[in-house]
Amino acid sequence: MVGVKSVPSPAISADDRSHEVDHPSSQLALFGTEQPLRLDCGVDLSPFQIAYQTYGELNADRSNAVLICHALTGDQHVANVHPVTGKPGWWETLVGPGRPLDPARYFIICSNVIGGCMGSTGPASINPATGKVWGLDFPVITIPDMVRAQAMLIDRLGIDTLFAVVGGSMGGMQVLQWTAAYPARVYSALAIACATRHSAQNIAFHELGRQAVMADPDWHNGGYADHGIHPHRGLAVARMAAHITYLSDAALHRKFGRRMQDRELPTFSFDADFQVESYLRYQGSSFVERFDANSYLYLTRAMDYFDIAADHGGVLAKAFAGIQTRFCVVSFTSDWLFPTSESRALVHALNASSARVSFAEIETDRGHDAFLLDVPEFFDISRAFLQSAGKARGLTDKDG
Amino acid sequence: MSAQEVLPFNGIVTTQSGNYRADHLLVAEMVKPGSKVLDVGCGEGDLLQLLETRGIDGRGIELSREGVNRCVAKGLAVVQGDADTDLVNYPDDAFDYVILSQTLQATRQPKVVLENLLRIGRRAIVSFPNFGFWRMRLQLLIGGHMPRTENLPASWYDTANIHFCTIKDFVELCDEIHVKMERAEALDLYGRPLRLRLPWWVWNLFGEQGVFLLSRGGGK
Repeated sequence: MVGVKSVPSPAISADDRSHEVDHPSSQLALFGTEQPLRLDCGVDLSPFQIAYQTYGELNADRSNAVLICHALTGDQHVANVHPVTGKPGWWETLVGPGRPLDPARYFIICSNVIGGCMGSTGPASINPATGKVWGLDFPVITIPDMVRAQAMLIDRLGIDTLFAVVGGSMGGMQVLQWTAAYPARVYSALAIACATRHSAQNIAFHELGRQAVMADPDWHNGGYADHGIHPHRGLAVARMAAHITYLSDAALHRKFGRRMQDRELPTFSFDADFQVESYLRYQGSSFVERFDANSYLYLTRAMDYFDIAADHGGVLAKAFAGIQTRFCVVSFTSDWLFPTSESRALVHALNASSARVSFAEIETDRGHDAFLLDVPEFFDISRAFLQSAGKARGLTDKDG
Repeated sequence: MSAQEVLPFNGIVTTQSGNYRADHLLVAEMVKPGSKVLDVGCGEGDLLQLLETRGIDGRGIELSREGVNRCVAKGLAVVQGDADTDLVNYPDDAFDYVILSQTLQATRQPKVVLENLLRIGRRAIVSFPNFGFWRMRLQLLIGGHMPRTENLPASWYDTANIHFCTIKDFVELCDEIHVKMERAEALDLYGRPLRLRLPWWVWNLFGEQGVFLLSRGGGK
């Protein structure tokens, strides 16, 4: 079985990032020309690779596999030290010993999505046909494309049915796509802070981010790799704008208010006088160290195109007709990117499909980002949902 | 009720699978094993848990976030929702039974809710506190104030219950919307069924709550 791989190498440099794009320090699944990935845009992507991490052991009857789907700027390093930033895994609150997703009980898989820049084939990868970086020649991908690639990885790992597919935000979209596309392969689904379609407001914010990237003179129509530079200013602005949408006014106010940064009086300039400004600048600059600008364009586009109902004649319930998967849908009260009303529409459709669904809204002022933070009520629900599904699935309960 | 079941004074019945409220046991007894049930206003999921021990596929809707989260934490399939506004989203014949336990009086449109219950489910089980109960009548008649009981302890100004009715009122409503009453029970203060065959007015006076198994009347 595939064992735990932890990758501690906490040095940050642009070289590290570009190295991880094609030669990740994760496990790697290579798909040759005999196994192309058929994309929604009509292109067959081939060859391609998927970088992934696993934690825990697959049990004898292969019934304890959990797939974690990462969000827009996440990656496969869900519960280990990140090879580029040296920071802890992005979902260590949920995944780890004693956590709701405990590697002692589950075989946990997390892969970098297609279009990403941490080892799965994407616009920052080398195009084997030209020997140069793909850039904007990379075909436009969708959430169903990402899921199709994940399914090929799951096949490769010899797993027929996933015990659970878990994810938040863009990861939650992948969870829903998994259940709509492969209902028989998903025993239970935990969809957090997500929606069955990307709203006009969210598309608008994404467009803002993309325009910021493309307005950077270093972007060079996506060909910045040829110039040996990176449009870090545009990408940082995109990240700053996006980051605001991940928080809430209340959380920002609690954290920063109108407090000044290292000074008593305003400088009457455009320096970062306010703490919230320097916080955003930090978020922007640390992001560009680990993320590729073109990847950001492709992944935001994939989210924009996502609309499960549209793929089923406009009737959401049809996407889940007769589904046996057990669902748990979670939203957060202060999430204005994926508000509770979106989750509720999903739950109504699942009810209409007669699916077994639980839905909880968690009260918090921490906004969309709450799913990544330490919110005990959310963990209690996740744990209970997985345990109850595990009981129904006949998973042995090692720790009661 | 089987021989192993013990009924102490507080209305909690101890069975082999745990402690349950007497009225919940009566409701559960009305549901055929193996059926699919929606419990509207399921609270903290006690009734759903009881139904699950009997092999019944139960789902729940609950208004309070705390209630929902506790249910989900128990592994129950419960969603947050409002009986008044969310039942319209459920398709016809989605369930074998829809249960409305001690919730009818808290809905804005009891008649519409009742009609929805029998559209979504082939049968409905409805229980509610009987405002015709003699203690209630006495509190209003002698005390001159809005009645309060052990089961309905809130004052008139902070109660969620806005549409009280009596057993007699409910029976009349069922007649009006042509609902067939398959079974009717009146329960005493401890949730125990009044086993006697008595005229309606007696039930209306001595039943602390009513439990009704309903089905679509006429052309079903």
